[in-house]
Amino acid sequence: MLDGTPKKIIERHSGGVINPAKTCQPIGAMYAALGLHGCLPHSHGSQGCCSYHRMHLTRHFRDPIMASSSSFTEGASVFGGGANLKTSIKNVFTIYNPDIMAVHTTCLSETIGDDLNSIVQSAEIPEGKIVLYANTPSYVGSHITGFSNMTKGIINQLAESTLEEPKEQVTILPGFVNPGDMREIKRIVKKMDIDYVMLPDTSGVVDSPMTGEFVMYPKGGTTVEEIKDSGNSQITLALGSFASADPANALDKKCGVPAKVLHTPIGIKATDSLLMALSKSFVREIPYDLEEERGQLVDIMTDTHFHFHGKKVAIFGDPDIVISLTEFVLSLGMKPVHVLTGTPGKSFENEINKMLTEAGIEGNVKAAGDLFTLHQWIKNLPVDLLIGNTYGKYIARAEDIPFVRIGFPILDRSVHSYLPVVGYKGAIRIIEMISNALLDRADRDAKDEDFELVM
Amino acid sequence: MQGLAIQERKESIFTKGEQRNTLTCDTDSISGSVSQRACVYCGARVVLNPITDAIHLVHGPIGCASYTWDIRGSLSSGEELYRNSFSTDLREQDIIFGGEKKLTQAIDDLVTKYHPPLVFVYSTCIVGVIGDDLEAICKAASLKHQIEIIPIESSGFIGNKSAGYRAACEGLLRLIKNQPNPIPPKEKNTLNLLGDFNLAAETWIIKSYLERVGIKLNVTLTGDSSYEQIKKTPIASLNIVQCAGSMIYLAEKLKEEYDIPYLRISFIGIEDTIASLRKIAAALGDEQIIKNIEKLIRKEQEKTWPVIDYYKHKLQGKKAAVYVGGGFKAISLIKQFRELGIEVVIVGTQTGSQAEYQTIGDLVQQGTVIFDDTNPAELENFIIDKGADLLVGGVKDRPLAYKLGTAFIDHNHDRKHALCGFVGAENFAKEVYSTVCSPVWKAIRTGGMTE
Repeated sequence: MLDGTPKKIIERHSGGVINPAKTCQPIGAMYAALGLHGCLPHSHGSQGCCSYHRMHLTRHFRDPIMASSSSFTEGASVFGGGANLKTSIKNVFTIYNPDIMAVHTTCLSETIGDDLNSIVQSAEIPEGKIVLYANTPSYVGSHITGFSNMTKGIINQLAESTLEEPKEQVTILPGFVNPGDMREIKRIVKKMDIDYVMLPDTSGVVDSPMTGEFVMYPKGGTTVEEIKDSGNSQITLALGSFASADPANALDKKCGVPAKVLHTPIGIKATDSLLMALSKSFVREIPYDLEEERGQLVDIMTDTHFHFHGKKVAIFGDPDIVISLTEFVLSLGMKPVHVLTGTPGKSFENEINKMLTEAGIEGNVKAAGDLFTLHQWIKNLPVDLLIGNTYGKYIARAEDIPFVRIGFPILDRSVHSYLPVVGYKGAIRIIEMISNALLDRADRDAKDEDFELVM
Repeated sequence: MQGLAIQERKESIFTKGEQRNTLTCDTDSISGSVSQRACVYCGARVVLNPITDAIHLVHGPIGCASYTWDIRGSLSSGEELYRNSFSTDLREQDIIFGGEKKLTQAIDDLVTKYHPPLVFVYSTCIVGVIGDDLEAICKAASLKHQIEIIPIESSGFIGNKSAGYRAACEGLLRLIKNQPNPIPPKEKNTLNLLGDFNLAAETWIIKSYLERVGIKLNVTLTGDSSYEQIKKTPIASLNIVQCAGSMIYLAEKLKEEYDIPYLRISFIGIEDTIASLRKIAAALGDEQIIKNIEKLIRKEQEKTWPVIDYYKHKLQGKKAAVYVGGGFKAISLIKQFRELGIEVVIVGTQTGSQAEYQTIGDLVQQGTVIFDDTNPAELENFIIDKGADLLVGGVKDRPLAYKLGTAFIDHNHDRKHALCGFVGAENFAKEVYSTVCSPVWKAIRTGGMTE
């Protein structure tokens, strides 16, 4: 298949990409906006952008993904897209009647210089309806940056500090994770008996139940009241610095809610950090239920550690997820020798390199990389396991490596978006996925005399 | 009807028997609608992507390349190069200072790495605005590397998907017309297949029928094609056009330039497959081929009808909704559903022409809703209003149909089985049955946990 990737590494001069490990900002903005209740995301650009984003999200979540487009034509690109956006605002509220319309830009509308603020200010918006917007130029950052920018835009335009004293409440920014993960984080916070606002929250939107009816705006999503109230929280926990640090800082700046940036809670250490942060900030004991889950996780880690020890792993995907996954596989005794994200950002390389140095592992680490590079690394230093999104399947096939799908997008398997990889439960699930992949391979490859019942 | 709240949309929908039989089509989607349509780049890319040994380099920010990475579902019997994703990944600096230098370097890098015979460079929205001279860069790179490097003018905003089909055809025409050596004379009983993309091996099915009756398939544009094959396009004595929306322009041009006549054919459904085979035989006018084709039709029907009848028995009286890309496919599907005892009660396309809508109007029963382009709200209303049991659509329509408890078939890039020819008709019947009659729908309809 894609075994055309040569082993010999020749430096590329162009900065072009072969087989990307990222995509563009607007799709991240669209996903973030889907996490608001009663919101229709709107793509201010050509209709192809909107179509592609909906298609990609539809394939990952297997749920209807609704979003509208300004449908740029040649005229818009010459005279500006203001008229298209104003017509869109009128049509969206007349036809689809959302509570919120969340507009994001594209490379085209950014380059022709549409000023969203002034266009939205001068547009006719029906009473009681809200138009939010965020600048998401496709030529900066990645889909994670777009998710972050839309979340920041929502906070800047809606969050309010209305109380003298902050509420005993936490604002949780979950980052670009699946609705199954958001549900799990909420479950943990509830177990800690702490009030919260989660922003955005796509659970109940892109994993909505089958009822025999199509509901344009499903039950889930952060409500306008909750978003406003996020400014009254005692603290913000930003899970994953790439997706959540900027919006958390924006909330601090606007409403004075102090921000604490944590890792995405994948693995034992990152989940501990989340619980400790909650416990300290709100003076709560960790309930026995959660201690029990942690204990089970540790039990499973010890039961299975001999399967993992010393196994070489390659991990790629979105930076916040990859950082936490790397930390977790290290705690299992594995060796993450190739770690790559498509999203630009030196801090990714610094953080991973620090972990590897502490563990005494030499590895290849790269931000703003692509899967061609990852494939070449693997050809030069083979691994026992590959962890990443669907696109890893080409490499896994070419090199015949067990492959565990975690991240975005996953286009060739289902159910992934419903079940968590975060929290202790999520960590248990990851162990199950990794050990199944490794042991299924061992069974497949075993000679008759080595084929074992008990493993 | 909520979906009809867009006044402008009224001209694009009609119900047979209730209103005049014309509708507005080939217009741009309305700003602010949840349109199902894609862009110029998308149109160009889907047409050219199946060319297996080409580098398809997308000049723009990363998204356009990411979303089109190996999603076409077209199979190759040779090279796999086309299944990679190549992008210049334009960054902020490139937008300010121009992306020309980066593009030149990217071409250099890729040609050195892969030694392809052919590179397509696709322009995206932003390239049209920052004004990179694709033509000049491709020309210079072509001279430098001594291979063909063809720019495709596919900035997203310059039209809709049809404009992209046109841009792709222009690219193909350039490739065909640039002949280093004199073109050999036309070969008898040799034809080109235009507008088939070898989704789920469909080109190979058509090819096998043609070979069995003594017709040589010269090249398919573009399913499972290569640089060398495309160069040989002019030696065919006949072009047959399956997906007319994307390829009729090229067929016209090949007629003008190379005097190759063309036929519109459709291998969707038994009726149209038979009609198409006979049309080809008649056009070639070879007695032996005419005989062979009749024999093939007889033989295949003997195998296929019992399968169709088996499923027809189970499906009789069900109602279908069809929402596909082109008008010609919609027409074939209406006939094919009849073969299964199913009436099409809703039918729409993204890029159908006035004439095709006329044919559709003549074909369907009274009360059938016909529309050009649509949005989910409209589609939902139609499906509920008309009580459709099944929707035929694209990627984004699948979960919508499921949420309504409606069965679904992908007749687009995500098709899982070949749907053309006699074997395709069998697959189609089986697939319709497996989704319409699946026990999973019972879980919704029996209403939950109340005993």
